[in-house]
Amino acid sequence: MLSLDDNSRVAVIGGGPAGTFFSYFLLALAERMGMGIQVDIIESRDFSKPAPGGCNMCGGIISESLVQTLATEGIELSSTVVQRGIDSYVLHMDVGSVKIETPLQEKRIAAVYRGAGPRGIEEYRWDSFDGFLLSLAAKKGANIVSGRVDEVRFEDGRPLIKVRGGESQAYDLCVVAVGVNSGTLKLFENLDVKFVPPGTTKTYICEYALGQETIENYLGSSMHTYLLKIPRLEFAAMIPKGEYATVCMLGKQIDKQLVQSFLGTNEVKRCLPPDWDPQQEVCRCLPKINIKGSDKPFADRLLFVGDCGVSRLYKDGIGAAYKTAKAAATTAIFTGISEEAFRKRFWPACQKLERDNRIGKLIFSSVGLIQSFPFARRAILRMVATEQKNKGMPQRMSTSLWDLFTGSAPYRDVLLRMAHPFFLSRLIWNIMIEIWPFRSGKKQRRSHEDQ
Amino acid sequence: MKTSELGKVFSDGEVIILQGEAGNFMYEILDGRVEVLQERGGKEVRLAVLAKGDFFGEMAIFEREVRSATVRALGEVRVLTVDKKILLRRISEDPSLALRILERMSHRIREMDNELVRLRTEEPREV
Repeated sequence: MLSLDDNSRVAVIGGGPAGTFFSYFLLALAERMGMGIQVDIIESRDFSKPAPGGCNMCGGIISESLVQTLATEGIELSSTVVQRGIDSYVLHMDVGSVKIETPLQEKRIAAVYRGAGPRGIEEYRWDSFDGFLLSLAAKKGANIVSGRVDEVRFEDGRPLIKVRGGESQAYDLCVVAVGVNSGTLKLFENLDVKFVPPGTTKTYICEYALGQETIENYLGSSMHTYLLKIPRLEFAAMIPKGEYATVCMLGKQIDKQLVQSFLGTNEVKRCLPPDWDPQQEVCRCLPKINIKGSDKPFADRLLFVGDCGVSRLYKDGIGAAYKTAKAAATTAIFTGISEEAFRKRFWPACQKLERDNRIGKLIFSSVGLIQSFPFARRAILRMVATEQKNKGMPQRMSTSLWDLFTGSAPYRDVLLRMAHPFFLSRLIWNIMIEIWPFRSGKKQRRSHEDQ
Repeated sequence: MKTSELGKVFSDGEVIILQGEAGNFMYEILDGRVEVLQERGGKEVRLAVLAKGDFFGEMAIFEREVRSATVRALGEVRVLTVDKKILLRRISEDPSLALRILERMSHRIREMDNELVRLRTEEPREV
């Protein structure tokens, strides 16, 4: 079986989280095993630059479970990288808003920027998250190669990689971690390995310069999520950062009209100052996200990790990058670098994510259905508001929504919690209260403004 | 606590975990120091002082026993709570995650061995 040995050379194409996590853990495990492996991370972006030139385009949320897992790995996200610690979520619907607090009133979710910040940023007060991870990998011994890969081929079974302006170099293993927004992925479609890229959909992300004080006063340390009845919009969120707020939208065929419909709603406007202008975004992008993993993200001496292989549906993509990268690194060190080795040890970790994504799709479809019925939306709001006021009672709806919106738990756990008889009976009870005919005269009580 | 900091702050003297209680969390120290105390016969014995980068509370997670010691903040301390459920699930998916914990626990055993040797060689044993 093919394996890595002392002095093996590994090329990692892409220096985002998947590539750097892989490099970091490969080198850490190799060190424990007494192996000397050379890792080259090839990255064309400069993460110290603002705007798209230094940004890997995402909402920039590090989930509760990833923050904890990284802490256990000894990787602390310091205040030089974390723009804001998030301790709560505010769920906004047309029927009202409710705040869901973290069970321990602790800041366990990190809001970061993948690059140096949005277009036009004047003062660099925080470091790039991707840049921070890249420096960790470099400290472990990875060699950072600045450039873009323009040719990949195999010769005598070994990958040969050419960086623009350089010579082709032979490696023992090539790990691809370029996400789904890079043209580099096309280089692999014509190889004999017949790589089929993941299925994707477009998202919309934009930034507003609000200033620290306004963010503190209006958004606080809460992530604001929106479940609104707007055609084609599935989900939207507003994430407070240091001096900016990031708006993320997920839906079908996102266009200018959909963006304007969302930003023009009262639910968005009431989170922001009266003089806020939705047209004054300082930076925006329409990145693709992975919604269906690649069918076979591996071959002999070749591996796809992170978004360009298999990821998590909608939430915690960086957490999924960590998981697949770690599975790839442990496989390469302990099992081998052949297709068979990857199928045996790396692929099960990817399949687990894909199975969970199928459950996630089911849950998000149910959420979409609930969005269609005002009485169901009011019932959910009522249930969460009651739980948040009575912390001693089981937090069934709050915990389910928390895990769903934060990506802290697998979708399977969320489904099991939602399928629990006590959860269902409470939900049905609350729906009955909302559709009870005598309730029509008591509409004033329906809004639960807990912020 | 700064808005860009993670975790939770405990003030000087505040008890973070209490000996004898059930434990479902492990803690990573992000800033500051804590003291680990064990109560024996109404008297508190300081077992260790831990600082940034150390963790505590892991024994109750792995042993399914109550907390073996009390941990108190020494000055202001900021800690990150790690859920037992998340930790054990991740370890079952990826056993290598436990390597750092094992490393630190074996380091503590090494320190305890040294302490034991010191006690046995420096103090006369009563027969």
